[in-house]
Amino acid sequence: MDENIIKIDSVRFHWSKKSSFKIFVPNFEINKGEKVLLLGESGSGKTTLLSLICGFLNPLSGSISINGSTINKLSSKTKDEHRVDNIGIIFQQFNLLPYANVIDNIVLPLYFSKVRSANVTNQRESALNLCKQLRLPDDIDQYKASSLSVGQQQRVAVARALIGNPSLVIADEPTSSLDTDAQQIFLDLMFEQISNNKSTLLMVSHDRSLAERFDRLIDINEVLTRED
Amino acid sequence: MLLKLSLSSLYARLVTVGMTVIAISFSLMLYMSVEKLRTSAYTSFTDTISQTDLIIGARASSVQLMLYSVFRIGNATNNITWESYLDVVNKEEVDWAVPISLGDSHKGFRVMGTNKDFFTRYKYRGGQSINIDKGYLFEDLYDVVLGAGVAEKLGYDIDTPLIVAHGLQSFSEHDDQPFRVSGILEKTGTPVDNTVIVSLAAIEAIHVDWSTGAKIPGQETPIEEIRKMDLTPKNITAALIGVKSKLTIFNLQRWINEYPEEAMTAILPGAALQELWRVVGVVENLLLGISIVVIFTTLIGMTAIMFSSLSERRREMAIWRAMGASPRTVVGLLMLEAIFISVLSILLSVILLFFSLSILQPWIDYNYGILVNVEMLSLRDMYVFMTFIFASILVSLLPAIRAYWFSINDGMTIKI
Repeated sequence: MDENIIKIDSVRFHWSKKSSFKIFVPNFEINKGEKVLLLGESGSGKTTLLSLICGFLNPLSGSISINGSTINKLSSKTKDEHRVDNIGIIFQQFNLLPYANVIDNIVLPLYFSKVRSANVTNQRESALNLCKQLRLPDDIDQYKASSLSVGQQQRVAVARALIGNPSLVIADEPTSSLDTDAQQIFLDLMFEQISNNKSTLLMVSHDRSLAERFDRLIDINEVLTRED
Repeated sequence: MLLKLSLSSLYARLVTVGMTVIAISFSLMLYMSVEKLRTSAYTSFTDTISQTDLIIGARASSVQLMLYSVFRIGNATNNITWESYLDVVNKEEVDWAVPISLGDSHKGFRVMGTNKDFFTRYKYRGGQSINIDKGYLFEDLYDVVLGAGVAEKLGYDIDTPLIVAHGLQSFSEHDDQPFRVSGILEKTGTPVDNTVIVSLAAIEAIHVDWSTGAKIPGQETPIEEIRKMDLTPKNITAALIGVKSKLTIFNLQRWINEYPEEAMTAILPGAALQELWRVVGVVENLLLGISIVVIFTTLIGMTAIMFSSLSERRREMAIWRAMGASPRTVVGLLMLEAIFISVLSILLSVILLFFSLSILQPWIDYNYGILVNVEMLSLRDMYVFMTFIFASILVSLLPAIRAYWFSINDGMTIKI
């Protein structure tokens, strides 16, 4: 059985021919169940790397394998399915559809993923259960996403990323919009849930102080080289 | 779920979407109003005279004969003699005939001499009769009946005295023989509204002392004497004819057109009105042009609004993508939105149209003589609506393609 959940090999990418931003990832691997913090300053290519891993962007050459499938060889439709089946994504901020209620936001990936929805017997109950474990208020299902505080929104985003047990959770600077106390509470809850789910976590941040919580700390500059 | 979220998304942008819907529905309403006016103007025009089978007059083109006999525009090139008229009337095919004598005026309004049959035989709007609003039809030789427009514009009422002027733009008046208003007609929306109607005998009477368009110097027959005279007209300008059987119309028409004693023309009013509409119908094409431009502008406006909301919604689309929606789903959502907006706009515009028409209909009819139909939507309207929805799907493709491009390229990079 393949122990790598992410395996990138000799990937080259640039936005356009005119763009000076070119990256090369010789080799990058993350094992199943690992919690990895990817450190890097802004503009260093972290988000581009995440977009490549999620399959939003296609490499010019090389291969990207997620959970055993080489995603850059997949058709666009299969790639979208593969992403939602395997990856839960937490954005930096403005994570939720503001007009939808909390439960609809959380169960949204289940609508697109047969695999993840098969893991859930009662969608609403699972969503509420996740909310409870993430210490969200009991009446959270009464609220629209736009009426929540930023901290609550981020926790709902974690619930959404975890529902249906995806094997990989990718978080793009999820704590950057939170103050230090809220950051700690949020990370505690997120780690607890990810451990319960036995998911792999790849989190991107520029905050080195978060390192102690992770199994592995990787500097972006060790992963990719800029070919400007 | 997608539909529910799509509707919630629209609801969340209630003000923008609401304004868009209002703007589009007003444009659509404008289009439909113009269309209604256009078709109603045509119907009202072609319904100016109905149930008259033939109009006869001196040899002229059908449009010219129609213009002076029905619309009282322009002048007859010639008159027809009373004898010729009687020859036509005595034809076996003829059921009824109403003679018309034109030529004089009162303060810019045409004076028409006819008999009482005119009021029962002249029909408009598919068979509606002229009704008297006040007073009675002419009893005395010097009685006049006014069209509603004349009475209103000149401020005349029953018993108001008036003098008929000779010709159309003449300073010589028949002031020796004053008339008196005996009746005022109801508004019809036809040229009858702007006509001063007297008896044929009255036309003869005021011309007793006249010869070849001028007053005979020194001659002044007293009114009492005129009243005793035989006032059968020598000439008339035109006549409305009804036949016993529609099958005989063309035979009678040919007979009149080939009448050897005098050069006469008989026209079919319906055909002449159609021909005349083609002349004045340029306005119709103009209105149609305006309608098309309005619809076009609406569609462009809708695209512009969708484009501007697109940049606000980039983040939302990135979330959709991250949750597994394909770019096609994102495009589908935008197109669904366009359909929803256009259907909602159509519904609102129809409500607005019927609401405003039901209020404005009597006013338009009264002031412009156009009876706007406030009835259910025509098949043509439905066709226009379907085309509009289809066109809105097409124009929404532009922002949708942009959204597709965004959703492919943004990935996770968008940080708005």
